[in-house]
Amino acid sequence: MRRARRTIAVMTRGSGPRLAVALDGAGWHPAAWRSADARPTEVFSAGYWVDLVREAEAGTLDFVTFRDTLSLPSDGVRGRLDAVLVAARVAPLTSGIGLVPEIVTTHTEPFHLSKAIATLDYVSTGRGGVQVSVSLDADEYGNFGRRPFGEPFGDLTEEAADYVEVLRRLWDSWEDDAAIRDVATGRFVDREKLHYIDFEGRFFKVRGPSITPRPPQGQPLVAASLGIVDTSADVLFVTPKSREDIGSLIEDLRGPQVFADLVVFLDSTESAAVDRRARLDALAPLESDAFVFAGTPSGLADLLLDWHVAGLDGFRLRPAELPHDLAAISRGLVPELRSRGTFRSSYEASTLRGLLGLDRPANRYSVA
Amino acid sequence: MTKPLKQIHLAAHFPGVNNTTVWSDPASGSNIEFSSFVKLAQTAERAKFDFFFLAEGLRLREQGGQIYDLDVVGRPDTFTVLSALAAVTSRLGLAGTINSTFNEPFEVARQFATLDHLSEGRAAWNVVTSWDAFTGENFRRGGFLPSDQRYSRAETFMRTAWELFDSWPADAVVADKATGEFLRGEPGRFAHHDSHFDIAGQFPVPRGPQGRPVIIQAGDSDEGREFAAATADAIFTRHGTLEAGQKFYADVKGRLAKYGRTPSQLVVLPAATYMIGDTDADAHERAAVVRRQQVSGQTAIRFLEQLWNTDLSSFDPDGPLPAFDPVVGSGAFAQGRADVRMYRDPVATARQWRELAEAKGLSIRDLIIEVTGRQTFVGSAATVAEQINHLVQADASDGFILVPHVTPGGLDEFADKVIPLLQERGVYRTDYTGPTLRHHLGV
Repeated sequence: MRRARRTIAVMTRGSGPRLAVALDGAGWHPAAWRSADARPTEVFSAGYWVDLVREAEAGTLDFVTFRDTLSLPSDGVRGRLDAVLVAARVAPLTSGIGLVPEIVTTHTEPFHLSKAIATLDYVSTGRGGVQVSVSLDADEYGNFGRRPFGEPFGDLTEEAADYVEVLRRLWDSWEDDAAIRDVATGRFVDREKLHYIDFEGRFFKVRGPSITPRPPQGQPLVAASLGIVDTSADVLFVTPKSREDIGSLIEDLRGPQVFADLVVFLDSTESAAVDRRARLDALAPLESDAFVFAGTPSGLADLLLDWHVAGLDGFRLRPAELPHDLAAISRGLVPELRSRGTFRSSYEASTLRGLLGLDRPANRYSVA
Repeated sequence: MTKPLKQIHLAAHFPGVNNTTVWSDPASGSNIEFSSFVKLAQTAERAKFDFFFLAEGLRLREQGGQIYDLDVVGRPDTFTVLSALAAVTSRLGLAGTINSTFNEPFEVARQFATLDHLSEGRAAWNVVTSWDAFTGENFRRGGFLPSDQRYSRAETFMRTAWELFDSWPADAVVADKATGEFLRGEPGRFAHHDSHFDIAGQFPVPRGPQGRPVIIQAGDSDEGREFAAATADAIFTRHGTLEAGQKFYADVKGRLAKYGRTPSQLVVLPAATYMIGDTDADAHERAAVVRRQQVSGQTAIRFLEQLWNTDLSSFDPDGPLPAFDPVVGSGAFAQGRADVRMYRDPVATARQWRELAEAKGLSIRDLIIEVTGRQTFVGSAATVAEQINHLVQADASDGFILVPHVTPGGLDEFADKVIPLLQERGVYRTDYTGPTLRHHLGV
């Protein structure tokens, strides 16, 4: 009876929670790579990532994020590939799931990243997105040598907001029908439909237009952790420690969909999950900003549906161990949610925006 | 004793954003959809090419203050599309043109090292420089680089990237689950301080399958050739004819010894276009048709404006050339084109063009068709195979980077008709013999 009531409550909101997975190295636990079924030496090969994303896609998840930084990780898998390129490498070998690499605004060029994410959207035929982050790691500043470490956080986030504005303007800098290929007049493009963006901010100026035509989704998905680009993101990641945290976290957030991050250890019994966490913690303690769940897929389903009712749009699960906890999500949690009528069994849309119920937006430069 | 036959190296250039690409052809497909890139790359791999190549342009071209609209406009991000192509090919090299002016060495090294891992050793970097404030308007730095510093920045940039590629020993990743040792030592440490870069830290990508990606350069000046002799694995050139090719070939190969390198360690690849017909006569007829598609009346006027450096839109493309001399010394009328620099002495070039037009009775359009790059190889498949082989065996080149004029099917005829003839002659591989691009190039 209890389960049935909850299902009804969820259904009145129109749907169950959306589900994403955060991929990083051998998993979110710093000792994950030491587990028996971990594949730590394959982290630098394409096949490793293809296998993981296909596993997530088998669970019809909304999207995966690819963690990135511009420095060498100090624990766990020590080494990292460029996340945008990993996402692009996976794209042609998947067909339904969204692909969202992380980028660091502080040290990179918005012009380059705009066309890179647009191109990710092309090679995935409409499944591209980006997670925006700022640089808080002194090593990254040393690797680029362009600016001193220790700028005020407010400046970094202001720059990130400008950066997202430039990404978005560049994506719109070509109207959808700009390439006319008009043999009669000899014109390939209608230059009236190409737009200078003429962005000028405190941190950079960008003239435009992009060299890449407007991507399939128009605007690829922009995601970020709370506190960086809250007003311009489509999806925000938050880290409630309990159900009670949720209300205050979301009350001022109008517009973006809010996903809670959770680190998950999933096994067929709760004690097995708790024991596994303890074994890994003994090797290297997990320090987590996000709530850590150790239990069964069914128990996690209970929690997600409960927190969903409290106002969250979705969840980004961080598998503690790869591939173990990812497989437990796609083969354990997802069937559990499906059996409760709260999660899709096949992809109902062909684009990431479509999966999240977002329209393909009108172009800001088009004359209505 | 006869000299053993050289093996020919071939690469495929994705049709670019200039008038070589005939977008008005009914067979012309998208220049931006991924399916076009897949189609051309898979054709190149079927034909056992060494690599697939993408050029670069970081700002849409303009002429007379307006975006140039007569040629194909728009291209994807190079790294991103090459990484995606690694998923749908298995042996083909993946070469990208990446600028040393509007990027940072750490980031570019990280991207190429990543691409080399994700493609299992097929990445190549065509190192170029930009100089213009026009392109700089899209980047944080703006037009910061004085033109006399762009080579020094390029060279320093590349050498810095090399330090990063070389910063991991091949055996640094241990990943010993029992002991918890992931890395042996602290690989990746670097510190580089000079007038261009002041960086220090730890590079995050383990050594790639090729160690360093293959390095390509295209410099033609004395400085550029020396740089290539010192550092490049392959060099692109415009010198594709027998005499000019032999001269260039001998020159750059002759520069290698002082760097302790052998002639085979730098592969010379002129750019080449082609037209294959059922017969030689048929090919020449088709080539002439394509030349007129490539150079419309409007395009001819725009070309003329690039030399004259002023608005000539009131001129009739079917009429005579302007009687006045080019405008010298003011800002560039055409922006964002690599080939504007070709005209080192515009007044003298204009005089030559006028003389040629008068001698042969050519209109503006005829003249432009005459003086701008016609197809390198024109003939039946047998003729084209013979021409290519002759140039390679005569040491005018080691092969060619082929530029089809139709996207994405423009390589099909070459793959189907010319490649088998080269294979029959024993001058072209019938299959790949190694996994990496370095294997294909023999460098």
